[in-house]
Amino acid sequence: MKTSLRFIPVVVLILLWQTLSSLGFIPENRLPPPIQIIAGIKELLFIGMPPGSFLVDHIAESLKRVISGLAIAILTGLALGIFMSYWRTFGEMMHPVVEMLRPIPPLAWVPISILWFGIGNQSASFIIFLGAFFPILLNTISGVLSINQRFVEAAVILGAKRGTLFFKVLLPGAMPSIITGIRIGIGIAWMTLVAAEFTGVKSGHGLGYMIMTARDIQRADLIVAGMAVIGLIGYLIDLIIRKVEQRLLRWV
Amino acid sequence: MLIIDNLSKSFTHASTNEAIPVLKDINFSAKEGQFICIVGPSGCGKTTLLRTIAGLERQDAGHIYLNHREITAPVTDIGFIFQETTLLPWRTVLRNVEFGLEIAKVPRAQRRKKALDLIELVELKGFEDYYPKQISGGMKRKAALAMSLIVEPKILLMDEPFVALDCQARSQLQEALLNIWEKTKKTIIFVTHNVEEAVFLGDEIVCLSARPAEVHQIVRVDMPRPRDRTSPELNKIRKEILSLMMSQK
Repeated sequence: MKTSLRFIPVVVLILLWQTLSSLGFIPENRLPPPIQIIAGIKELLFIGMPPGSFLVDHIAESLKRVISGLAIAILTGLALGIFMSYWRTFGEMMHPVVEMLRPIPPLAWVPISILWFGIGNQSASFIIFLGAFFPILLNTISGVLSINQRFVEAAVILGAKRGTLFFKVLLPGAMPSIITGIRIGIGIAWMTLVAAEFTGVKSGHGLGYMIMTARDIQRADLIVAGMAVIGLIGYLIDLIIRKVEQRLLRWV
Repeated sequence: MLIIDNLSKSFTHASTNEAIPVLKDINFSAKEGQFICIVGPSGCGKTTLLRTIAGLERQDAGHIYLNHREITAPVTDIGFIFQETTLLPWRTVLRNVEFGLEIAKVPRAQRRKKALDLIELVELKGFEDYYPKQISGGMKRKAALAMSLIVEPKILLMDEPFVALDCQARSQLQEALLNIWEKTKKTIIFVTHNVEEAVFLGDEIVCLSARPAEVHQIVRVDMPRPRDRTSPELNKIRKEILSLMMSQK
């Protein structure tokens, strides 16, 4: 599909929204029209919210938290996932633990994580880690379990020991599933981040923090502008992962 | 010299826990450079026999000796070609062929050179950078052969490697295999249920009975190569083996 084609619905939606607002069908104090939101984004970029804290800094801070939380989730999720699928007894033993921890929403961890790590970056990264960890873990396990057993045997016949099996057979063989896990994980991480920043960040920076500050001074335009930025970045992240996926999975 | 000495094995039935005998007192041997074919009715335990020789399964009784060394686990001296090709789909043909030497931590330049030589031997030149999904079934078998040969096994075990190929590709691969066998002087143990294939390829044909598999008879094929698939002599041996297998049922 042509790239230009896929943006038509977005443009149509924005135009429709603007028209309805201009005609007075949507009250401006409830949902500001696109023009005001764009002005809001400009204000966030150049004046900042609170003034002096620019949008770019908020984004950078939020991304930093996501990346650190995600990196830990990928490392631990992959390692534990491979162990749990290679040593099935261990995997089955761990299963109830995983399935009991998994349904606890990341946000329900906010109070205890503040108790452990205090209010700040560590606490936010921990919440993000929790959001991303489980999809990565579960997809790694199902990815490894779906690998044709003959691949493993063929590698053993060629002299492969455990380390080689993990890194050269199980990991690449599970890669399609793992990347799906990471994509879901990043999505959840990004969603969790903003919410975690509502409560878990002392002051300073972060998109969630920025939105809460705008709410404190009743600026609906800046709130929605912040939301729009969150959506846009989420979309861009997904786009990047898809590109990486295409490169890594040429063989599929 | 590979010696299979009184090999027996049974499986445990999954639900009743009964022991199902699969192999019963199997005896045969393969001299260095010999091409041995194993035929038998489907489901008789041919694959199990081959997997046991490779060390992928453990026998209940009996021994396997390769040059006086007992085999109890997979060793690189014994290569294995599976019925389904086991090229790693995320590696190109070249990187698949290299894999065995990569495991052995052979330096890149050295293993690449050897892999390229083997790719030439199996007539896959020009396809080094293709992924397995991009090449035909016959080419996959050739690549799998090169992948096994790179660690220089003394013995190559092949489990119905040319099944699921069309007639023409099958004949071509049989000839290619004979060619490679003559050049590399490997000992080959080739399992097939296709008697025609067996008499075309083998020096000796080990005929197994229905399950539990016993060695029914070992037939020698003393015919020079290249053999004519339709020659009366070959047909005679083929008939002999077929009637032997029929008498089993």
